[in-house]
Formats: sequence, structure tokens, C-alpha cells
Amino acid sequence: MLKENEIKVGDTHSSVLVEDLKRTQIVQYAGASGDYNPLHTDEIFTTQIAGYPSVFAHGMLSMGLTGTMLTDYVGDGALKKYGVRFTNQVWPGDTLTGKATIIEIRQEDDGKVIDLMIETTNQDNVSVITGNATAKIES
Amino acid sequence: MAIDKFLVEASHIMMFARSVGDANPIYHDEEYAKRTDSGGIIAPPTFAQSSAQFDPDYFLRPKIGGEGWFGSGKEATGSKPSKDSGGGGGGAAMGLHAEQHFEYHMTLKAGDVLTATTKPGNSWEKESKRAGKLKFSESVTEYRNQDGELVITATGVGVQTERAVDS
Repeated sequence: MLKENEIKVGDTHSSVLVEDLKRTQIVQYAGASGDYNPLHTDEIFTTQIAGYPSVFAHGMLSMGLTGTMLTDYVGDGALKKYGVRFTNQVWPGDTLTGKATIIEIRQEDDGKVIDLMIETTNQDNVSVITGNATAKIES
Repeated sequence: MAIDKFLVEASHIMMFARSVGDANPIYHDEEYAKRTDSGGIIAPPTFAQSSAQFDPDYFLRPKIGGEGWFGSGKEATGSKPSKDSGGGGGGAAMGLHAEQHFEYHMTLKAGDVLTATTKPGNSWEKESKRAGKLKFSESVTEYRNQDGELVITATGVGVQTERAVDS
């Protein structure tokens, strides 16, 4: 868990979440999550029937990858809230970078927390996820 | 959607963590996890989404026998997706996931047994240049543990688009 005396508003943490996203990782997420929507794994259906240029990642895969960056920063079991908007699709071959920025340090009933702004971008610097999180810190 | 029994198991957590690129030993190494504050293996923050595995009627999983599945086989599609089976967690051919929010009331741990109940939330419409008319609908799922305690509240927003999103 982050310590109050070691952080300040404006601090950021970022990491590369995935490089050259493989279709197989999307399949791996489908199997683990149970979301077998063919839009994510079935190139034939997705291009010929649904009209997309290729399969694309589950929004929840991008949120999960971003969550890895987030818990690496705030620690295990520290999150109180984590929410995102899926702003653009993520395609096979994409390289994603996630970033969390501390926007507030405040007191809640059961202790000190930080509010974080989250953004994940692709290799073209296009945002694919924007969001917010709240995490417990040690005071 | 209602799920009577969502068994939170260590091997499922390990597979889920792998799929989101998370090598943190707290998700797969029991000896390591025992020495942490949580005292055992915990679930990653978006793990509750995999409750779909425990929903017997989940529409984005081919049913045994494969009948009615809309993905490709001999033909590019097996059948037409059902129009009214949307919900917050993604969607059918033209349904996409717009937003997802989790609120954590307790740490979710391996060994927990959850129940989940989902209620519809707000719904609204918007015009978009990239995909035509957008119909948003919210669903709120409460996950409770074996002691009846609220562990996670998950709010999903699904969007039905008029056509495939231009990239």
C-alpha cells in the first residue's frame, strides 16, 4: 500500500500493459472470463458478418490489463473503486500504455484514500480507456 | 441475470490473472499469499466479470451441442443473434461494452462463494457520427459472499449501435 508521506497530488505511475497484442491473448481472456463473443475470437464472423476490419479485444481485457498497472501501483487489496469508459477499440497488434495520476488525497470514514485518474493509450497515442479509481493508503 | 453459486477458485484466478498479463504471485502462489495481509490468494480487480462462467444461461457462451451459436462454422455465421439479449456485459453482434465500474466493499478471496443479482439501471440514447444511433443501458450487479456480505458492486453500461463502429 502507498504511504501518505511518500506521495503527492500529481504523482504518476505508468507502464506498458501489452506489446503487439496477440489474438491468442484475446482467446486466453475469452476462456478465463467466459465471454466467448465471436467478435473477439472469430475473424470470419467479425469481418464477414459484423463488418469490422478484424477481431478486437474485449473492453474488459483492456480494463483488466489496466488493472494490473493499477494494483502494481496502489498495492494488493487497496482498491475501493475502479471504473472506466471504453473510448476506442483495441485491435490485435496494438501496444498499450496505462497511466495513473493522483488527483486527490483525502480522508474517508475508515481512513485515508487517494483518487486517481486513469488513461490507457495505444501506440498512436489514442486513448482506449479513461477512468478513475480510489485506493486506500497508509497514513 | 442471477447467479446462485460463483465459486471463487485459485486455479480460475491464476488463469484470469495470466490473461490480463498479471504476474503478481498473490494471484497464484499460495505460500507467498499466506504471508501477505490478505492471508491467502485474492482475485484481481476485474475478476468478478468472470461470473459469466457460472451463469447457466449466459448468451455469449456456446451451449453444449453448439446449437444456435452465431459464430462461424461451415458458414460465416451459425445463426442470427437474439436481439433482446443485450445486458451490461458486452452484447451480441452490434452490442458493445461502453463503461464498467466496480466498487469493492471487501477483498475477494479464493474460497469465497458468491451469489450475484443484477438489476437494470438507467438507459439513454445518443447520436454518434461513428456508429449511428446509440442506445445505452446500465445494469447493476451485487456480489455477496457465503456470509451474505456485499463484496463487490459492479455497474456495466452496454451500448447497442446502429452499425459497426468506424475505426
